[in-house]
Amino acid sequence: MMSVGQADAGAMSPKEASARRIGYVVLYIILIAVAVLQLFPLVWLLLFSLKNNQEVFSLPPFAIPTHPRWENYRKVWEAGNIDQYFINSVWLTAVSTALTVILASLVTYAITRMRWKGSSLVLGLFMVAMMIPVHSTLIPLFSMFNRANLTDSPVSLILTYVAFNMPITIMILLGFYYALPKEVEEAAVIDGCSVNRMFFRIVFPMTSSVLATTAIINMIYNWNEFIFVNTFISSDTLKTLTVGVQNFIGQYTTDWGAIGATLMISILPILITFLFLSDRIVEGIAAGSVKG
Amino acid sequence: MDKVMSNKKMIALYVLPSLILILAIVYIPIVLTGYYGLNEWNGIGPMKFVGLDNYTTLMKDSKFWDSAKHSLLLAVFSALSLIVYLAIAMVLAAKLKGANLFRKIYLIPMLLSSVAIAQLWLKIYHPTSGIMNTFLESLGVNNPPAWLAEPSLVLLALFIPILWQYAGFYILIYYAALKNIPTSLEEAAKIDGATSLQIAYKIKLPLVLEVIKVTIVLAVVGSLKYFDLIYVMTDGGPNGASEVMASYMYHTAFRAYDFGYGSAIGFALLIICLVATWIIRKLTVTKDTIQYS
Repeated sequence: MMSVGQADAGAMSPKEASARRIGYVVLYIILIAVAVLQLFPLVWLLLFSLKNNQEVFSLPPFAIPTHPRWENYRKVWEAGNIDQYFINSVWLTAVSTALTVILASLVTYAITRMRWKGSSLVLGLFMVAMMIPVHSTLIPLFSMFNRANLTDSPVSLILTYVAFNMPITIMILLGFYYALPKEVEEAAVIDGCSVNRMFFRIVFPMTSSVLATTAIINMIYNWNEFIFVNTFISSDTLKTLTVGVQNFIGQYTTDWGAIGATLMISILPILITFLFLSDRIVEGIAAGSVKG
Repeated sequence: MDKVMSNKKMIALYVLPSLILILAIVYIPIVLTGYYGLNEWNGIGPMKFVGLDNYTTLMKDSKFWDSAKHSLLLAVFSALSLIVYLAIAMVLAAKLKGANLFRKIYLIPMLLSSVAIAQLWLKIYHPTSGIMNTFLESLGVNNPPAWLAEPSLVLLALFIPILWQYAGFYILIYYAALKNIPTSLEEAAKIDGATSLQIAYKIKLPLVLEVIKVTIVLAVVGSLKYFDLIYVMTDGGPNGASEVMASYMYHTAFRAYDFGYGSAIGFALLIICLVATWIIRKLTVTKDTIQYS
């Protein structure tokens, strides 16, 4: 694809063309400057995760370590419970994401296809929930889970993750369901197909691309969640990576390499996912924010 | 079709699990927060009903109003920064090569956990070895400050990573909205001799106005309830200089075990967020919504 700058240049006088070119250079400089600002802290993190304290303090901040100290990573992985936190994060994220996506699909199907009073009221409830600050629910949730003996249990986390991610998931799914042609379903009903069969065999598979988008968005939110784990979970063995990292780093306040390696381990899964699925992530975030 | 699709049992089966969940986890707690606020309660023992005591204390609590002021300041900063994000998005949407790559790079900080970002920025602000002060020293600044320990600087020092974290999110939203504008409009304006600035201001801006309103609400409400980075980086300190409403609520309930008063703060936070949303909606109502295309 040709950029506008090049496409229009032919029709302009040389003077205009060069002014335009300078304009584009300025624009690119701005864009690159912003990109550098966004990335430099992370590059610096990677660099100091591979250094020891002496190198951190004596070398310039962006000096590339001559002997990258990968042992920092081994050290933090073996010390403490980082591996346990990691596993907890993985399965909590997986279970919550799967539940959210399935439940939200059922609701969205009911709202877009089934005929019932109160359907717009229910949709409204889900949409308004997006405006409610989680912090205002924290104390009652804590005491409810406490009374039900669910504090310090992953169940409390799964319930809250699913509930709080449901609205945005429904919001992303809605647009897709409205656009989905109904002819197939009408034909299926005429053939005597049951609602369940129709949903699980026909509709659900047809939404696989938007399901992937919502699943990734859910995954990122669940992986990064902090305040609920921090409040509900007290056993070290049940903590997730976000909260575990926070406690773990407390013990290493002076060892820069260990802190850097711990942080890298906690953000790498997201960075790798982003590397492969950035289009879906971008699409999901854009869809989940504006269509309201 | 109609008969199958209005089967009450099926509808209940599809809707009720989620509905019950959202009522139990989001709506009932909201009501309970307001109610707990009417009690004196340490979180475990019996509650003692004290009427509006907590709420009247709250109205006179200078610590609460300070935290509210800090939250509001963040909201103003975030709302103003939207102008910069919109400008960057307009540049990106000007059919530049690599726009797609840029907007993805910008988004990366938003995808990372607040804890990781907070820990990273603690290091960036490290008084002697952090890149912030190393950079300032290389510019010739003598004795750059210990950013997070200075009561007068700590809020500014916290706002920077918060803006850094969300910049890509808003740029992405604006970019998507700008890309939705039919190119025919821009071409027609160009033929009529409009400059790029005129096109941006007179054509593009009005067309993305709805999206701008949504982002103002998101930025302001998001700031008013902001918690994560501040909690990890300064925990409201030094000496309350960076306390915000959500962290004040958290400290009151989960550190001082004053769950009644903490609930009152949480309820006030909810009301303030809802009122802010309503005010912004009112202020940004436009009489004639422009519809091209």
